[in-house]
Amino acid sequence: MAAIAPQRRSTRSGIGLAPTALLLLGALYCLFPVSWLLIASSKSPGELFTTPTLAFGTGFLSNVTDLFAYRDGVFWLWMGNTLLYAGGGALLSTAVSAISGYALAKYRFPGRKLIFNLLIGGILVPAVVLAIPQYLLFSKIGLADTYWAVLLPQILHPYSVYLARIYATAAIPDSLLEAGRIDGASEGRLLGRLALPLMVPGLVTIFLFQFVAIWNNFLLPFIMLGDDGKFPLTVGLYTLLAAGANQPSLYNLILTGTLLSIIPLIALFLTMQRYWKTDLSSGAVK
Amino acid sequence: MTPTSKRRTPLAPYVILTPAIVLFVLFLALPIGYTVYLAMRRTQVSGLGLGAGARREVFVGFDNFAAALADGELWAGWLRVLGYGALVLVVMLGLALLFALLLDSARVRLSRFSRISIFLPYAVPGVAASLMWGFLYLPSLSPIRAILDVDLLGASTITYSMANVAVWGGTGFNMLVLYTTLRAIPRDYYEAARLDGASELQIALRVKIPILAPAIILTTVFSIIATIQVFTEPTTLRPFTNTISSTWSPLMKVYRDAFVTGDLYSAAATSIVIAAISLVLSFGFLRVVRDRAFGEG
Repeated sequence: MAAIAPQRRSTRSGIGLAPTALLLLGALYCLFPVSWLLIASSKSPGELFTTPTLAFGTGFLSNVTDLFAYRDGVFWLWMGNTLLYAGGGALLSTAVSAISGYALAKYRFPGRKLIFNLLIGGILVPAVVLAIPQYLLFSKIGLADTYWAVLLPQILHPYSVYLARIYATAAIPDSLLEAGRIDGASEGRLLGRLALPLMVPGLVTIFLFQFVAIWNNFLLPFIMLGDDGKFPLTVGLYTLLAAGANQPSLYNLILTGTLLSIIPLIALFLTMQRYWKTDLSSGAVK
Repeated sequence: MTPTSKRRTPLAPYVILTPAIVLFVLFLALPIGYTVYLAMRRTQVSGLGLGAGARREVFVGFDNFAAALADGELWAGWLRVLGYGALVLVVMLGLALLFALLLDSARVRLSRFSRISIFLPYAVPGVAASLMWGFLYLPSLSPIRAILDVDLLGASTITYSMANVAVWGGTGFNMLVLYTTLRAIPRDYYEAARLDGASELQIALRVKIPILAPAIILTTVFSIIATIQVFTEPTTLRPFTNTISSTWSPLMKVYRDAFVTGDLYSAAATSIVIAAISLVLSFGFLRVVRDRAFGEG
């Protein structure tokens, strides 16, 4: 059956015109706003309202210069903050998920099921129930409106623990751990030298998903932060819009800022293609 | 197992799990407990409300919940989100399923380009997506308005315009989940159906969709949870138009109560109501995940 399969398929194939066209339409729909943004941010304030909406302008570099000069370069600060929140947060989150997933997958101990269910149950708690009391509690200990207020609540991520447990189950053979134990390796050594290196491909995926989730988060920093020097890009762009929606002269800054804020993620996304192929529902890593 | 390893193993997992458990208590259990506590309290003003001790916090039981359930503004928000959510779920998941099935069929060209393009909006933050579309809806800038003479930010169209932002941002991720599930199925699984003369369409409908069912349920429940909490899109689109009120969605009302009018107690009660509704809807999800991935229970 396997031998005749390719032949049968090739007789049936040929290009499916309708499916290809439908997919290309979908691709066009998804690329359209980003392409328009690229065009719009290339226009000088004068060109924005006068030239055709789909024609490139000549003002891109001056827009970027204006944006970086805006309020003494606060946009740079937002960019740096976002990198710190997303990079630092995702790193910590991946580390915690990795060791927790390993412990839940590779040990049998009293309370294992309870701890797993509690940690995973966090998926079901909507951010809204957490954000306000988190803000109040952070205020009480004087940490609201600090970097910690945005970093700390995003470290424990239930879904990442869940994925890490699946990776650990699949990637670390029990026999290897037993062999290590017989050789006299400590549990810490088994985790650090044996288990974590085997989990690396899965951990990269967890890191990427967390990085994007924190980069894109709006609600938590919006609630936690008051000082715009600590804003990430999402909150910064929002305040820029709230200030400039009625001032068309600020549109160039907002458009250029939006474009610059999505370029790093799109770059990360295109260069890390192969790590995005996770089967999220069954957990297998390709 | 040797006696030494038996003595050694029970401690290690607890040590390794300590960071997660500490984080769980501090940033999940404690805030939830605090919300429940706040939701059952209220400030009582005695006399003219002047001087020390004139305002104190009292226990009011379920009064705040009763008030939240009787709040007409909140119900109006629920209705708006219900209409918006139904639209988003049907269109977004429908498109995600369609694209995943098309990508999986052997006869498509340029499938890599299409797959990457459709997944690309996942890398765009909700705020940035709302900003882009917001400008695209503006009459003075929009290339859409040149073709379509409709006020995209008017009272009758705003729900569709907002749903479009969510569909644009969410289709790719859901498509990827469904597509990777499809790719994990061995190809020869379909050969029997092909040999029986089934068409690609029949295979998609009768073989692939049933196999995808758990993944479809999973993405649906995730999308429901996200849609109930819609906040970023309406908040970011608000500066573009005056048709979006500050209490457009239930979560926006929670935010306003807590941080604008300063009524933490009703904000806490309302957020618990929102959580309860998503909990009821997502309970099925945990069962699906557990049954599929952890058959040991």
